[in-house]
Amino acid sequence: MPKLVALIDGSMYSHSVCDLSAFFASRLEASISVVHVLGRREVPGKTANLSGSIGLGARTALLEELADMDSQNAKLANKRGRAILEDAREYLQDAGIKDVEIKLRNAEIVETIADFESEVDLIVIGKRGVGANFDEMHLGSNLERVVRSTQKPVLVASRAFRPIKRFLIAFDGGNSAWKAVEYAAQLKCFADVPCHLITINNGSTSSKAGLEQAETLMRDAGYEVTSEVLDGDAEYSISKKVEEGEFDLLLMGAYGHSRIRNLIIGSTTTEMIRSCKVPVLLFR
Amino acid sequence: MNTDLLPRLQEEWFGNTRADLLAGLVVALALIPEAIAFSIIAGVDPKIGLYASFSIAVIVAITGGRPGMISAATAATAVLMVTLVKDHGLQYLLAATVLAGLIQIVAGIFKLGFVMRFVSRSVMTGFVNALAILIFMAQLPELINVPQLTYVMVAAGLGIIYLFPYVTKVIPSPLVCIIALTSVSLAMGMDIRTVGDMGELPSTLPVFLWPDVPLTWETFMIILPYSAAVAAVGLLESLMTASIVDELTDTTSDKNRECIGQGIANTATGFIGGMAGCAMIGQSIINVKSGGRGRLSCFCAGLFLLLMIVFLGDWVKQIPMAALVAIMIMVSIGTFSWSSIKNLRDHPRSSSAVMLATVIVVVTTHNLAIGVLVGVLLSGIFFAWKIAQLFRMNKSLSDDESTRTYQFEGQIFFASVDEFNASFDFKEAVEKVVIDVSMAHIWDISSVAALDMVVLKFRREGAEVEIIGLNEASETIVDKLAIHDEPGALERMLGH
Repeated sequence: MPKLVALIDGSMYSHSVCDLSAFFASRLEASISVVHVLGRREVPGKTANLSGSIGLGARTALLEELADMDSQNAKLANKRGRAILEDAREYLQDAGIKDVEIKLRNAEIVETIADFESEVDLIVIGKRGVGANFDEMHLGSNLERVVRSTQKPVLVASRAFRPIKRFLIAFDGGNSAWKAVEYAAQLKCFADVPCHLITINNGSTSSKAGLEQAETLMRDAGYEVTSEVLDGDAEYSISKKVEEGEFDLLLMGAYGHSRIRNLIIGSTTTEMIRSCKVPVLLFR
Repeated sequence: MNTDLLPRLQEEWFGNTRADLLAGLVVALALIPEAIAFSIIAGVDPKIGLYASFSIAVIVAITGGRPGMISAATAATAVLMVTLVKDHGLQYLLAATVLAGLIQIVAGIFKLGFVMRFVSRSVMTGFVNALAILIFMAQLPELINVPQLTYVMVAAGLGIIYLFPYVTKVIPSPLVCIIALTSVSLAMGMDIRTVGDMGELPSTLPVFLWPDVPLTWETFMIILPYSAAVAAVGLLESLMTASIVDELTDTTSDKNRECIGQGIANTATGFIGGMAGCAMIGQSIINVKSGGRGRLSCFCAGLFLLLMIVFLGDWVKQIPMAALVAIMIMVSIGTFSWSSIKNLRDHPRSSSAVMLATVIVVVTTHNLAIGVLVGVLLSGIFFAWKIAQLFRMNKSLSDDESTRTYQFEGQIFFASVDEFNASFDFKEAVEKVVIDVSMAHIWDISSVAALDMVVLKFRREGAEVEIIGLNEASETIVDKLAIHDEPGALERMLGH
């Protein structure tokens, strides 16, 4: 049975992560594993002792003190984490998913994903999380690292969820774009959803040829597919298209450009995720 | 991981900014006396120790492998360079520092951090205690042949340091101690030794200078023993302190990167006129206690230290040595592991012996590396001695009294070979002797040689010898035990 993993942190985005996971799981007939990662412990600023003096048995005393503080904080975090996961499980079971397991992990998020990556088929994560109120317009701090660290498809949930009635594939002929198309093609359960393929006109004929090949692949898989070549700037045109065409899901290859380009010009992927208000399914 | 580089750097440097800055400031105050005191021990101007502390702290913050640990000029390395300075002068000290740094870099590249696994807890405790004693002993020159007033000042200083935190924990008590004692000594016009009496303080920021030594083989041979000792001591202390900080912060660190980082820092320090240093246990504990966790804390400690010295130099000259002595006594009290004295009663005698041996050797030779080496050797010997006790022999005679069977269980190695040999009764005249080692483990060549000799001896007495189970027993003779990846393979190998 295919398996989905939903990464939640108890913020408002966790709801749409659950909704999206439920939607996909029921279509794919998959089980869901809901995972919450307990963040790294914060150094308590208030109780820090600036007296700068160390007395008898300083080391053992300090170790005990730090361990006590840590254990108190960790117990609270554990309780909260469990509550979040239990809520999510109930929510998913109410939505009709029978096979839901919950996991509370004490490790860092990228390590956690590396641990179970081989067993899952799809990873669902929110576009933002608990930091959403403070950092308007910024993406979640874990998002890029999670997507970069895994080879599995990552579904980035937006704040609102609506059932997927049409979806868009942003195609650029690269490896990850082909992965996106092939993934969609073998998802028989979605074949009833109309698909639109677009590519950005970069002045050569190869992009058009690639697009046609992709279109044929999708059509052979049973999709009702249309295609189009758009002009202009990739980020702007694609997000405009998503809005105008009222698409409910965007598939694309992620972080394809070199790191230097990302540093200087900015990442297309990041911009896309930021500007689109719909979930984005990323492939590497 | 490459993908993680920028966020990780951000986390390590700015993940705890406010606390790191404050902790760095607190540590810098404790670093002033140390840097000055260690220069005096080594017999050089305080300027050398202060430049060294600044440069080591700042560079290790960037290159080291243990965020939150404080490195600077230390007692451990200072005591090793006394004779070098006396015999050959300052420039040789700087050259030795550079060479020590290079040796440390090589050690890090060859991943010698792994030798830490042989340093047992008793050795570590012994090391920490010996260091505390060394720091305390380094204060003694300031406490003998001095005006009576000094003792009063030191006592007052200690009182402020330990009692002021009950008033408020927000202002570092060493700072209060320094300010109070300085004001009192100025106000009452006391005639006691001050920092200014110790030598020249830096008035400028450090500059690059190539050590003024002839680049010959002779120079190399002069500085090599000192550099090797400094490199070894520096690495040992840094790796042990890193383990301690690991425990306190419940995080892991990269030991080999720490070796390389220390090496780079020492090399660079030699070129700006500073002496070698390493990580410091006392200051690292102060740092963690004050909330410092990231690299910024060590960086700030070095930076604040230099700024205070260079720009407040005139004030620093007035600080009475008594204040600095009080701070150093506080550090040594905090570094000493007082629970180890209580544990002397409870712990097995072998562990206590190792700890005491380490302390005694360090205090007598003033060389931490030799002490640790002795401690490690003793732990190894005690361990072998304990394992040699895991040895049993059963003997039985066949019904027709013609065959004697010796069955061995346990560990056969160099320390138990004597007992092995003593188990056989060569005077007994039997036709056949069966030696069953299937339940025993043969760990090295001495055991194989002993077995061969036994077989030979029995043959010479006219008995026929059969060895059973040699294959299972010898599984443990190879250097890298091949543990097959099946569940239970380990139990099977050690348990049979």
